Amino acid sequence: MKSPFDEMLDATGKARPHYQVFHNWLKQQSDTLMGLKRAEADLIFRRVGITFAVYGDDLGSERTIPFDQVPRIFAAKEWEQLEAGLRQRVKALNCFIYDVYHDENIIKAGIVPAEQIFNNAQYRPEMRNVSVPRDIYAQIAGIDIVRAGEGEFYVLEDNLRVPSGVSYMVEDRKMMMRLFPDLFQKYRVAPVEHYPDLLLECLKSVKPDDVKKPNVVVLTPGMYNSAYFEHSYLAQQMGVELVEGKDLFVKNEQVFMRTTQGPERVDVIYRRVDDDFLDPLAFRSDSTLGIAGLLSAHRAGNVTLANAIGTGIADDKSIYPYVPEMIEFYLGEKPILNNVPTFQCRKPDDLAYTLANLEKLVVKLTHGAGGYGMLVGPASTKAEIEAFRGHLIANPDKYIAQPTLALSTCPTFVESGIAPRHIDLRPFVLSGKTIKMVPGGLTRVALKEGSLVVNSSQGGGTKDTWVLEE
Amino acid sequence: MLSRTADCLYWMARYTERAENTARMLDVNHQTSLLPQPEEFLEQSWRKLLTISKLEEAFMSQYDVVNRENVLDFMIYETSNPSSIVSCLFAARENARVIRGKITSEVWETQNTTWLELQRILEARNQADPSRLLEWVKHRCHLFRGVMHGTMLKNEAFYFMSVGTLLERADNTARILETKYEDQASLKALRAENKSDDEAGVDFFDFYHWAALLRSVSAFEIYRQIYSDQVTPKQVAQLLIFNKQMPRSLVCCVNELIPLISEMKNQQSKEIERLLGKLKASLDYSDIDEVFSQGLEEFIEQFLERINHIADEFSNAYLIPLAVA
Repeated sequence: MKSPFDEMLDATGKARPHYQVFHNWLKQQSDTLMGLKRAEADLIFRRVGITFAVYGDDLGSERTIPFDQVPRIFAAKEWEQLEAGLRQRVKALNCFIYDVYHDENIIKAGIVPAEQIFNNAQYRPEMRNVSVPRDIYAQIAGIDIVRAGEGEFYVLEDNLRVPSGVSYMVEDRKMMMRLFPDLFQKYRVAPVEHYPDLLLECLKSVKPDDVKKPNVVVLTPGMYNSAYFEHSYLAQQMGVELVEGKDLFVKNEQVFMRTTQGPERVDVIYRRVDDDFLDPLAFRSDSTLGIAGLLSAHRAGNVTLANAIGTGIADDKSIYPYVPEMIEFYLGEKPILNNVPTFQCRKPDDLAYTLANLEKLVVKLTHGAGGYGMLVGPASTKAEIEAFRGHLIANPDKYIAQPTLALSTCPTFVESGIAPRHIDLRPFVLSGKTIKMVPGGLTRVALKEGSLVVNSSQGGGTKDTWVLEE
Repeated sequence: MLSRTADCLYWMARYTERAENTARMLDVNHQTSLLPQPEEFLEQSWRKLLTISKLEEAFMSQYDVVNRENVLDFMIYETSNPSSIVSCLFAARENARVIRGKITSEVWETQNTTWLELQRILEARNQADPSRLLEWVKHRCHLFRGVMHGTMLKNEAFYFMSVGTLLERADNTARILETKYEDQASLKALRAENKSDDEAGVDFFDFYHWAALLRSVSAFEIYRQIYSDQVTPKQVAQLLIFNKQMPRSLVCCVNELIPLISEMKNQQSKEIERLLGKLKASLDYSDIDEVFSQGLEEFIEQFLERINHIADEFSNAYLIPLAVA
């Protein structure tokens, strides 16, 4: 197997043009200094409380997500192409969600089979023929991207429900500026810290029609949620209330929050609670995180939920293979970003191929997330593959398979010094009156040598992502 | 502001103040326990510290004897004891974490750093010197209030924190005074029975006893400055109850609460204003002689009942989510 594409160094070991200055700078830094900087970063993250709660542990034990000081750098040109592809894709995905809850044109056209939609657990019949402001369902999208070669980007996954990680994008930038201010004099790095402003503008632009000055809130499952820091951070940065389900109630199909001065109307909810838990009257009745009657207020058009209920139908891994066709169908454009070729194990031919090639493929649950329940063929032992084969044969509908991509690597500071580690990228796309993005995203890095799993729940870290200005 | 947010602000401040006052109470007991005195009295004064916080039963279910080591252990470290310093600092930090968006990052980082430093202290708890630890707790709580006053907007959030601080402080000053006063009375009785000590010895002990109490509320120098006189129980009580300038006195706490509540008026706050006004009037039109003729203990019991009633009303008016209008 040829060695993977490295973000900093070309095949001859020379720094790529946009990494040149950084490469020279890095050579002058001692490992001791880099070690000290890393310890400093960890200390600051702890003091500032940018931490994950560790479930089932003692009083208040928390950990930080490892932060790596070597940035992932994009040249302006390359980012331009990537951004255009992301905008196109998210636009098409929103058209698709509108379509499956209204006219079903894509089904009538025979592009996506009806059973793939209506038998999908992520399809919410409650949303049929419900209008949402500007016909936008996924106001906030996090699209996972990997690079296989020069200019060769693949979309790994679309996250259209409650994508997280954006606070790390901003905090990683602040940390880099704090640790290495001199680097920002050598490079013109496009800023990302205005993300909360764009988010607020986006949320306000999807307010219910009859509201003049919308009251926006962030809905969190509470402080024990692992992303609580991010919920609280975004609410604070936008200057809006951070609410839990118990702070809200519905009366006459309108949503109110309980304040020290009495009830106050709420118009837009940036919710970080999954569909299933949003409304005990409509979905899981045992949910204590939701608000009874919220769905009725949503359907009546008195409150906007961002993202809307039912967006999961478009980010399901079983729908993923159809996204390139969606782009052509709704926008009449050629897809800019590649999809990873995907074998749908529900199809007998695809299943047969998958079973015959398990050692070469990555097999994933269609509804899975967080790197759980997946098989990375090339990195697994014979026994692991055989055990997985059993699961696959028992429930082929639940799985898809993809060839193992040669994920690009980026130099990363690890125990043994600077060494290449695999990375991915999650940029965030905001859809409101217009589609907006900040130049950058969250770069996740698999800290274990050779590992392709970047999820923080599986020991992944993060890097600052730089998009250079021309 | 969300009622739940107000609740967290209020409790963050109350727990911080409680941690400080627990430290103060333990410190005064620790200091007085170093004075020469009969064994049984020593035990009684540690026991009293538990009863005043209604913790005797919980304590006895875990320890065999009431002594300095056990009580310090229970009141500083024990996580099953909701009034222990560790529990208070944890609760304060957890509340702060919930509403970190509503306080300045400096206030949050102060609370968080206190908690992180405490983790390190806990790791080496066998070597911890109680006096130094208690001193540290007081410093961290001072720092919290200083950062709060120095960085926060003087808005609703600030008021909720201030009310929490003042209600807790009034309650705690009253309790410290009551414990020590009773201690003193029972010691006198004990000595009268034994008749073993000469008069001078009792006076001598008195001085250290009351001086330690004053120090525990940072009032020893203040006492000297105001009275330039011997330390007498009556004047100590007068200072801690009636002095309008003394920041931990009962009158001072009540006086500071009144303008805060009128800033925060809502449809249900009338009753609190009435109760506070009444309490202020009864303090304004009373004096230390009247208190002593009524009995200090009874006076303090009444005060505690009234201030806690006000705290309950406050919760009802602001912190418990209002019903649908």
